Amino acid sequence: MEMDLLQHFDAYVAAEKKIEPKDWMPDAYRKTLVRQISQHAHSEIVGMLPEGNWISRAPSLKRKAILMAKVQDEAGHGLYLYSACETLGVERDDLIADLHSGKAKYSSIFNYPTLTWADMGAIGWLVDGAAIMNQVPLCKCSYGPYARAMVRVCKEESFHQRQGFQIMLTLANGTEEQKAMAQDALNRWWWPSLMMFGPPDDNSPNSAQSMAWNIKRFSNDELRQKFVDLTVPQAELLGLTLPDPDLTWNEETGHYDFGEIDWSEFQRVISGHGPCNKERLETRRNAWDNGAWVREAAQAHAEKRAARRDAAGETAAA
Amino acid sequence: MPPAKPLPLNFSVVDKKHWPLWEIFIRSRQGLSHRHVGSLHAADAEMAVENARDVYTRRQEGASIWVVPADSITASSPDERDLLFDPANDKVYRHPTFYDLPDEVKHM
Ligand SMILES: [Fe+2]
Ligand SMILES: [Fe+2]
Repeated sequence: MEMDLLQHFDAYVAAEKKIEPKDWMPDAYRKTLVRQISQHAHSEIVGMLPEGNWISRAPSLKRKAILMAKVQDEAGHGLYLYSACETLGVERDDLIADLHSGKAKYSSIFNYPTLTWADMGAIGWLVDGAAIMNQVPLCKCSYGPYARAMVRVCKEESFHQRQGFQIMLTLANGTEEQKAMAQDALNRWWWPSLMMFGPPDDNSPNSAQSMAWNIKRFSNDELRQKFVDLTVPQAELLGLTLPDPDLTWNEETGHYDFGEIDWSEFQRVISGHGPCNKERLETRRNAWDNGAWVREAAQAHAEKRAARRDAAGETAAA
Repeated sequence: MPPAKPLPLNFSVVDKKHWPLWEIFIRSRQGLSHRHVGSLHAADAEMAVENARDVYTRRQEGASIWVVPADSITASSPDERDLLFDPANDKVYRHPTFYDLPDEVKHM
């Protein structure tokens, strides 16, 4: 019976059909999705922190309004994704508890500090750019609620990348000092951005199953290559230099060759030893704890309002 | 569903008493039906409307919002899909293409 269900499921998914919340699905499929979607949600939420750092210090009112809108979008992305994840039978509070206890992971990129305003440019351009590259194929993911959430997210992301590139463009065309600031931000964010696509294909054990289930469409290395190919000309346009001496156009493959990624750094950061891991988690936990009274008050208010409505209903009925 | 995990020490007890889940439906503009867009948590219906405004209509995607407590929705079961929908399968005469008419009959 179970075997029949599984065969039917595999064939169904392979035929590009969608799975919806109440449909039968293998346990491993559900678990993979819960892990991936919740990690994705956590990344959106923690991802607000590096940029939130610059809202009060944006160089103009216009930039401030843009940055606030972008950060608010990221909160929205987190909420779409938690909502999608809950359709798999998990409770949002449990997911958040897993983030706060350190059990759940989020994208390692958000454990790097934002040292200058130029980092807002580099993040929008590179980090949101890499996120888009990862997210666009997910719009066709086999799990309906995840795919639909991704469609919303992708619609909103393109402004994120464009505003970041525009910050870089303005700085790169500014004073010598501003240009140096843009170059410095690029130097610091380039390699961590390449790591956003995850470990190399020969060291990515779950990829094959995710591909078979149509959760994943392209391998980590394929997406990374696509990102490099797209970004190199953009850096040239900015007049900035990518911090990789091995970066060269390969006439034969029609792609850019690039240098070795320091995977030991990736491992270090993902396992909790990046420059800001501790600070990020502490900020999230404090936000949760300090917001407890708001949640309690809203709950009490809702109960009072309901009681008042009930009482009014009873009088009317009497 | 994964087993419940003990919360880290610094979580207050009230956090386990979470706000209920609301399903959100948005009418994108007058003349169209409300469409399901996702869900969110809120203490009550009023708050659910306010939250839905911020979460799902940041770019004027909506002209009207419905919020429905998720546990008030009764859904057909996927296991009964065949039972429910197959009876319509052999009633091809419900579709206009079932009827072959002479070419001279236009616009029918
Ligand atoms: Fe996002
Ligand atoms: Fe973004």
